[in-house]
Amino acid sequence: MAETFPIAFLFFAGAAGLLALPKGHARAALLLAVPVVACLFVWSLPEGNLWTVRFFNLDLEFMRVDRLSRIFALIFTIAAFLGNLYAWHVRDTVQQLAALLYAGSAIGAVFAGDLITLFFYWEGTAITSVFLIWARRTEGAYHTGVRYLIVQVGSGVLLLAGAALFYRESGSIAFDKMTLGSIGTWLIFLAFGIKCAFPLLHNWLQDAYPAATVTGTVVLSAFTTKLAVYALARGFPGTEMLIYIGAVMTLFPIFFAVIENDLRRVLAYSLNNQLGFMVVGIGIGTELSLNGTAAHAFAHILYKALLFMSVGAVLFRTGTAKGSELGGLYKTMPLTMIFCVIGAASISAFPLFSGFISKSLILSAASHDGYYIVWAILLFASAGVFHHSGIKIPYFAFFAHDSGLRPKEAPLHMLLAMGLTAFLCVAIGVFPGPLYALLPFDVDYVPYTTTHVVTQLQLLFFSALAFTVLMRTGIYPPELKSVNLDTDWTYRRLMPVLIGSVSGVLSKVWAAQSNFTQTRIRAVIARLYHSHGPEGRMAQSWPTGSMVIWIAVLLGFTLIVNFLS
Amino acid sequence: MATETTHHVAMTLSDHLPVLAILVPFVAAPLCVLLGSRSLTWPITFLASAASFVTSFLLLLSVIDGGFISYHIGGWAPPLGIEYRVDAANAFVLFLVTGISTIVLPYARESVKSEIPERHHTLFYACFLLCLTGLLGVAVTGDAFNVFVFLEISSLSTYVLIAQGSYRDRRALTAAYDYLIMGTIGATFFVIGLGMLYMATGTLNMADLADRIADQGANRTVRAAFAFIVVGIGLKVAIYPLHLWLPNAYTYAPSAVTAFLAATATKVAVYVLMRFLFSVFQPSFLFEVNTLEFMIIPFAILAMFAASFIAIFQTDLKRLLAYSSIAQIGYMLLGIGLLNESGVAAAVAHLFNHGITKAVLFMGVGALVLRSGGSFFDRIEGMGKLMPWTSAAIVIGGLSLIGVPGTAGFLSKWLLVQGALEKGWWPIAILVVLSSLLAVIYVWRIVEAMYLRSPASDIEAKEAPLSMLVPIWIMAIACIYFGFATDITLTASHTAAQGLLAGPVGLH
Repeated sequence: MAETFPIAFLFFAGAAGLLALPKGHARAALLLAVPVVACLFVWSLPEGNLWTVRFFNLDLEFMRVDRLSRIFALIFTIAAFLGNLYAWHVRDTVQQLAALLYAGSAIGAVFAGDLITLFFYWEGTAITSVFLIWARRTEGAYHTGVRYLIVQVGSGVLLLAGAALFYRESGSIAFDKMTLGSIGTWLIFLAFGIKCAFPLLHNWLQDAYPAATVTGTVVLSAFTTKLAVYALARGFPGTEMLIYIGAVMTLFPIFFAVIENDLRRVLAYSLNNQLGFMVVGIGIGTELSLNGTAAHAFAHILYKALLFMSVGAVLFRTGTAKGSELGGLYKTMPLTMIFCVIGAASISAFPLFSGFISKSLILSAASHDGYYIVWAILLFASAGVFHHSGIKIPYFAFFAHDSGLRPKEAPLHMLLAMGLTAFLCVAIGVFPGPLYALLPFDVDYVPYTTTHVVTQLQLLFFSALAFTVLMRTGIYPPELKSVNLDTDWTYRRLMPVLIGSVSGVLSKVWAAQSNFTQTRIRAVIARLYHSHGPEGRMAQSWPTGSMVIWIAVLLGFTLIVNFLS
Repeated sequence: MATETTHHVAMTLSDHLPVLAILVPFVAAPLCVLLGSRSLTWPITFLASAASFVTSFLLLLSVIDGGFISYHIGGWAPPLGIEYRVDAANAFVLFLVTGISTIVLPYARESVKSEIPERHHTLFYACFLLCLTGLLGVAVTGDAFNVFVFLEISSLSTYVLIAQGSYRDRRALTAAYDYLIMGTIGATFFVIGLGMLYMATGTLNMADLADRIADQGANRTVRAAFAFIVVGIGLKVAIYPLHLWLPNAYTYAPSAVTAFLAATATKVAVYVLMRFLFSVFQPSFLFEVNTLEFMIIPFAILAMFAASFIAIFQTDLKRLLAYSSIAQIGYMLLGIGLLNESGVAAAVAHLFNHGITKAVLFMGVGALVLRSGGSFFDRIEGMGKLMPWTSAAIVIGGLSLIGVPGTAGFLSKWLLVQGALEKGWWPIAILVVLSSLLAVIYVWRIVEAMYLRSPASDIEAKEAPLSMLVPIWIMAIACIYFGFATDITLTASHTAAQGLLAGPVGLH
């Protein structure tokens, strides 16, 4: 064991310390201190396997530090800090604990050097994060949480099954580059895919994220899916299928995002779409594209958090995040509006904002390796992102028709958190050098060439033009008070009907059967109690004489066995 | 042969370690009585036990990599003189026994004060030391008759220790009496078996016995000797139908005595059984294989289930734990019966793990008894709130008893299942898992009583004194520590198993 210790333990220790402190500012301060300390540690960590525990004959690597794991751990600690600052006002112990443990698990998973450790932290993120949804304490949030938990834990179980099979095949539990082919690796891939919200496996995301608390969503948006991106980048770089999966992922959420009314759900869709970019980067698998994925994850966590924060601030002040009920808020929440616009500019990859310098890495990688169709899809998706996140979110929340709502400006700590995040978004966009220096591979890439800037601006302006035209002519889908059903139709509509009819029959059979078994089991227990209970023959204190008889019987038996053999 | 190199005159103190481990408590016992000072008794007892513990630890360190130490009492070379012989298997047992006694003694101070009148304390601790001496002697000696002598020393003092429980419950007297009858019969069987062996071979040194039995092969006398020895020791082990002395003895003995005996006495007997099965007699004898297969294994499995069922229905926590001990002994015997390295290693590891697990549990129950005045379930209800530290330790012990991963108990059950699978006896592996589920039930009953019920109205809320809590928690932490730091137990038990299974070769 080296002189270091797993960073995740810092968070767990912080969670324990949290309970010792009284509710109030002391706790909130501790919540801020832990990520800062962790961030400093991550920054100064040397590379290598720093903390190995031998369990039976398996080496559990708790601290595999290299450039890929470090950049993800770093952004996770930053996100934890920003999320906790944003949640300064929260006095709910459950949420505070969950936020710390969740961030700790995610960081632990990033540093996990073997599949078993990964599994433990993987389930850790699932179990801790669900409390951020349940913390809303509504009936709906409870059910959403349960659905979320089932999916997440299911993903963990697949991972464990995959890891076990993988160990059987290869004799190793090391978490390194794998190639698809055996059942084991497919299961692991599927587990990652669920958490990464692959198309058709994505629904938990749009279901759960908008259901969490105002502050919970900000934290949720940072860790789970990006952890999956990290896991894919570690385990399956250069798997060609990922390119096409990623391309589909960038496309389909756009259409749902356009018709969606709940702004947080819109953001959830656009999150899914952004994940697509990262997955494409992993699929291409070159140094440039993997750099792009890491950089995009880094930038994405920041601006996505910023967007969730600003919409969250609106929700916090007005009590709704529905596009149809909002509008005109720029008058009383100007700062929030500015931050929201910065986030929107970043996600739309405006030059001088963070999204631009990260997304262009992936786009360049795609065109460089000759994936022109994919490149075109990504380009279209970029336009779409601008459309629904870049324009729609700020437009419907802060401008559009005046809703008459005159809420106060967001509280100071929220403004601080948003301001810091916005600052980082712009800083990264203007000075990409420090971020590039952190990337897994060495970079010689210049984002600000004339071609890049002009292409991007053209794209953005035409997209804006399209939005304006559609709005003016009234073709743009109006914000309707509705719940759009995605693939969750299967389990929200189809399954209940199916289950309802089948369960009617089943329940009768079950009742009869369980009645039968219950009486049987009761009879068995009664019989066992009769013989083994305190008054029973087996448990009584025997007279000394009969004890001695047993000795004789056993001796006789042993002698017979002995002499006969 | 290695014996040539060990034929030397012991010169330094470290050469005398094997005898020192026994001698220190043996001399301290009469010293306590002669001094007769109540204030000095406990410190002397504790120091003697601690010294013995240090000695055992040093011994374990020097043999853990294989090899053995042969010590000749009074410089008389075997087979004429008595030989002490320390290898990984018995060094491990010595370590366990002295470790438990050293941790139980600080605990005992408070507990004994409340359960035994003060004028008997000096004699109590003297008996405790004699019992310790006997158990250590049984483990360390390489002379078959010497085993009998030490066995009697430990047994006689055990009868007295158990009878001390009569100040709390008069039934302790009948329990001690029953144990005396049973134990004496067992010892007699054992010595009859030894007599037959002596008749057949003309020696009592284990290594010598092993050679000569191997030379002359199986005959009637040897077979009869084997049967008598197995049944005789089996009684001390509490093999299933011979367990009848155990529940009462454990239930009515003073708490500290129960904690000490449950963790050590049966474990030492299991060690002796292994020594005779594997070193003196050889598993190559058909009669031995058949005895294991037709007697030991079926009764071991019977113990695993029947005793667990009885434990489930018990209304007295101490008695519940006593029956669970019988079930756990079944696991050890099963491991021995498997006759492969994993199985025997499982038996050795379980001997150790179950020792520390039961020490936590019985010490915890003792603390509950001290505060609530009884170990029946209606007296321990709601103790999770009133005595949170004690209750938490009991829960840890309970988890280890079940064999939850991350506790000591998991490792040995894992090895046992592995041993059964290696042999291709997968139904037995399933039975091991199923019987562990029964442990879940009775441990849950304890948890339910302590945490989910409200305490009886007449019980005052007070945590156990620190002098009891610290030993309890040392053991509880050991339960968890040995669940994660599996290297120590694994290495020691595998070395021990290899040494034992090597048969008489392991003795040279």
